[in-house]
Amino acid sequence: MPIQNYIIVALTLFTIGIVGVLVRRNALIVFMSIELMLNAVNLLLVAFSKVHHGAALAHNNATTVGAEAQIFVFFIMVVAAAEVSIGLAIIVMLYRNTRSIDINFLNRLKN
Amino acid sequence: MKIILAFIVLFPLAGFLVNGLFRNTRSKKSIAYYACSQIFSSFFLSCIAFYLVKNGGSEVVTYFDFIKISNLNISFSFQIDQLSALFLLIITGVGFLIHVYSAAYMHEEEPKHFARYFAYLNLFVFSMLILVLGANYVIMFMGWEGVGLCSYLLVGYWFKNNNYNYAAKKAFIMNRIGDLGFLLAVFWIINKLGTVGYTEVFAKAATLSTFDVTAITMLLFVGAMGKSAQIPLYTWLPDAMAGPTPVSALIHAATMVTAGIYMIARSNVLFSMSAITMNLITIIGLATALLSATIAIKQNDIKKVLAYSTVSQLGYMFLGLGVGAYTGAVFHVMTHAFFKALLFLGAGSVIHAMHHEQDIRNMGGLKKKLPITHLTFLLGCFAISGIPPFSGFFSKDEILAAAFASNPIYWVLGVVGAAMTAFYMFRLYATTFLGNFRGTKVQELHLHESPKAMTYPLIILAILSVVGGLIGIPEILGGNHQLHHFLSSVLTSEKPIHINHNTEFLLMATSVVIAVIAILFAVNKFSKKPELSEAKGLGKIFANKWYVDELYEKIIVIPLLAIATFLKNIVEKSGIDGIVNGVGKYIQYSARQIRLVQNGQVGSYVLFMVLAFIIMILIWVNDGHIYKFLTQLF
Amino acid sequence: MSLTEIIFWLLSGFAIVSAIMVLVSKSPIHSILWLILVFFAISGHYILLNAQFLAIVNLIVYAGAIMVLFLFVVMLINLDKESDPQKNIWIKLAGVISGGSLLIVLVSLVKQATEINAKEVLLSKGNIGLIETLGKVLFTDFIVPFEISSVLFLSAMVGAVVIGKK
Repeated sequence: MPIQNYIIVALTLFTIGIVGVLVRRNALIVFMSIELMLNAVNLLLVAFSKVHHGAALAHNNATTVGAEAQIFVFFIMVVAAAEVSIGLAIIVMLYRNTRSIDINFLNRLKN
Repeated sequence: MKIILAFIVLFPLAGFLVNGLFRNTRSKKSIAYYACSQIFSSFFLSCIAFYLVKNGGSEVVTYFDFIKISNLNISFSFQIDQLSALFLLIITGVGFLIHVYSAAYMHEEEPKHFARYFAYLNLFVFSMLILVLGANYVIMFMGWEGVGLCSYLLVGYWFKNNNYNYAAKKAFIMNRIGDLGFLLAVFWIINKLGTVGYTEVFAKAATLSTFDVTAITMLLFVGAMGKSAQIPLYTWLPDAMAGPTPVSALIHAATMVTAGIYMIARSNVLFSMSAITMNLITIIGLATALLSATIAIKQNDIKKVLAYSTVSQLGYMFLGLGVGAYTGAVFHVMTHAFFKALLFLGAGSVIHAMHHEQDIRNMGGLKKKLPITHLTFLLGCFAISGIPPFSGFFSKDEILAAAFASNPIYWVLGVVGAAMTAFYMFRLYATTFLGNFRGTKVQELHLHESPKAMTYPLIILAILSVVGGLIGIPEILGGNHQLHHFLSSVLTSEKPIHINHNTEFLLMATSVVIAVIAILFAVNKFSKKPELSEAKGLGKIFANKWYVDELYEKIIVIPLLAIATFLKNIVEKSGIDGIVNGVGKYIQYSARQIRLVQNGQVGSYVLFMVLAFIIMILIWVNDGHIYKFLTQLF
Repeated sequence: MSLTEIIFWLLSGFAIVSAIMVLVSKSPIHSILWLILVFFAISGHYILLNAQFLAIVNLIVYAGAIMVLFLFVVMLINLDKESDPQKNIWIKLAGVISGGSLLIVLVSLVKQATEINAKEVLLSKGNIGLIETLGKVLFTDFIVPFEISSVLFLSAMVGAVVIGKK
C-alpha cells in the first residue's frame, strides 16, 4: 500500500475539516471540525510510523523505530481532550452571555 | 608689509564689531571717537604703505589658503602695488573725513542707532579695503559683495520709512544683477586658466582665445555696470539718496561706485585684448554721461542733482577706460572722490541748516548765512566743471584728449556733456546760494553755519579739490604727469596717445571756453528768479528721468510679479501642495478601506489564512507555474 | 486488489462520506453522531495498520468521552435544530472553493515529492502498535512528557472549573 494513498485520504479529511470551519456558523460544529482535522493528522502519523518501521525491519528484526510517531499520536489525543474541555467551557460561557452560539457574534472582537 | 596690510583691514573690522556688539551701552561721543580713530589708524597705516610702495615695495602677501580643490588654489592674499595703494589712501582718507562729518550730522539719533550707523560705516570701509587689496578675483568679489550689503544697510538706515526700504532693496537687487555677471566671469576664468590670482591670470592671458577674452570682459563689465551705475543698471543710485547724506558722500560718490573702475583698471591686460568690449564700454559710458546729465538739469532735489551728476561722471570714467586712458580714468576717480564728497557734504550742511529741507526751490540766498559751506561748495562746482587750475580740469581733460585720439565724435559728445555738467552744477549753486531766501520764516531763523566737525572736512576736501590735480599735469603744460609714471607699472596696457600739441591746446581751450559760457548762462538765469514753473516738453522728459523707471516697471517688474503670482497660486498651491496633501488624503482613504477587512468574523480570517497558504505554496514550490502544477496533479 | 486494499478503500470512503455529512447536517446532534462514525472509521484504519492500542484509545477517548461531552453541551443549551439563518450562499461557496483548491494544491505537492514514491506502508505486521511495546517506549523514553501531560490535565480541569463558575 503506497504511502500516497494514506496521504491523500488524510488530506481529504483535513480539508473537509477546514471547510467546516469556514462554512458553519455554529460554534459547536466548528469545534467538531477541528477535532476532525486532528484525527486526520493522527491517521497520517500512524501510517508514517508503519512506513519507517517497515523500512527498519529489513535491517534489524527487533527494532522499535516507528514507535515515536504512535506515542506522538497518543499525546495529540491527550491534548485534544484537554482542549475540548476548556473549549466547551468557553462555549457555555458564550451561550450564557449572548444566548446564542453563533460565532458571528464574536465580531465584537472588532472593537 | 604683511602686518601693516592686516591691520589696515582689521581696524575697521574691529570698529564694526565693537560698535555693533556694544551699541546699547556706549555714549555717542565714545562711539564716534572710537569709529573715527579706527579709520584714522587705517589711514595712517595706508600712508606708510603708500610710502613703501613708492620706494619700490610692491608685493603680494599671502595669509592663508582659502579654497583648495584639486588643482584650484585660491589663497587669501593681498596685493599692494601702486594702484591699490592709491585707492587705499582715497578710501581711508575720504572715509575718515566723512566719519568725522557724520559724528556731527547724525547727532540727533539715539545712541544705539548712532552706534549702528558707525558700525555699518566701518563695515563698509572694511569691505572696500578688502576689495581693493585682494590679490585675486575671489577676494575682490568678497569685498564686492560686502560693499553691496553695506550699501543696502546704510541706504535703509532709517528703516521705519518704507520708501527708504524699497530704495535699499532696489540698490541691492540691481547690484546683484551685476554680481551675477561678475561671478560668471570668474567661473569662466577658472575654467579656462585654472587660477584667479591677478599675476597668474595676466601672465596667462595671452593664451585665451578672442571669444573667451571677449566673454570674460563683457561679463566683468556687467558687474561693473551694476556696481558703478551705468546704463541699464543705474536707476538705483538716485533712489539711494534715501540714505543719510554722509552715506551718499562716501558710498555713492567716492568709493563703492568706483569699484567697477578699479576692477577694470586692475584687469586692463584682459580688457585691452578685446576691442569689442572696449567699444561697448565707451558707448555705454558716453550714453550714461549724457543721459544723466540731461536728467540732472531738471531735478529740484539737491541730492538728486548730485546723484545724477555722479552717474554722469562715472560715465566719463568709463569713457576713459573704454578709449584706453586707464590712468585718466583712475585720475578722475581720485579727483571725483574729492569734489563729489565735498559737494555732498556741502549739501548735507545745507540740509542740516535748512532743517532737513531738500528742495532747492525753497532755498536761496544762503551765501550770507553759511559762508564756509558756500565757499567750499563753489570751489567744488568749479572743480567738477573742469575749470583750470582745479583738479577736475586735468582729469577730465585727459579723458577727453584720449577720446579725441580714438574718435573725434567721442570728444564732441564728451564736451557737450561737460557743458551740461557745468550748467546744472551752477544752476544748483545759483538756486541754492544766490538770490533771495524763498523758504519759510521759521527756517530762516534757524539758518546757521554748521559745527566745526562738519566744516573742517569741507575745508580739507576743498583744498584737495583745488590742488589734487597737480599730480597729473600733462607734459604739454609743463608738468611731468607724476601719476602716470606712478601707475605705469600696473596699467601696463595703456598706450600713450599721440596728438599734435597744438591740437591738444585747442581742445583744452575749447572745452574750457564752452564750460565758462555754460556757467555764466546758468548763473545769470538762475540767480535772479528761480525756476518754479512746471517743466514742459523736452524739459518734462528730463524731469521725469526719461521715464526709465516706469519702463523697467512695465517690462521687468510687472511680468516678474505675474510669474511669481502664477507660480505661487497654481504651481505651488494647486500643484505641489495638491500633490502633498493628496498623498496624505489618499493614505487616509485607503487606511479606512483596509480597516474594513478587520470585521471580527472568525470565518473570514480563516478563509484568508487558507487562501494565503494556497498562494504561498503555489509560489514557493512551483514558482507560480500553475499549468505544470496541474499536470503533475493528474 | 487484495483484501486489505478493499477494506482500506471502504473505510476511507466511509470516513469521507461521514465527514461530509458532519458538515451538511442541519441538526447538531446529527453532526455529532456522524462524527462518531468518522471516529469509528479511523479506528478501523488503525486496526488495519496493527496499531491496536491507538485504535482502542481513539474509541474510548474520542468517541466515548469527547463526543459525550459535546452531547452534554448540546443538551445543556437545548440546541436541537439550527434555528438561526445560515450564512449566505456566497460565503459557503467561497469556503468550499477555497477548501477544494487547498486540497488540489496539497495533493499535487504530494504527487511531486519523489522521496516518498517508493515507500510502502507495512500493514498488519510489525509489533510497534502493541500495547507492550508502546508501553515500554512510553515509560522509558517519553516519561517526561507523560508526567507533564498530567500537569496539563490538572490545569485544564482548573481552567474549566474557573471558566464555568458564575
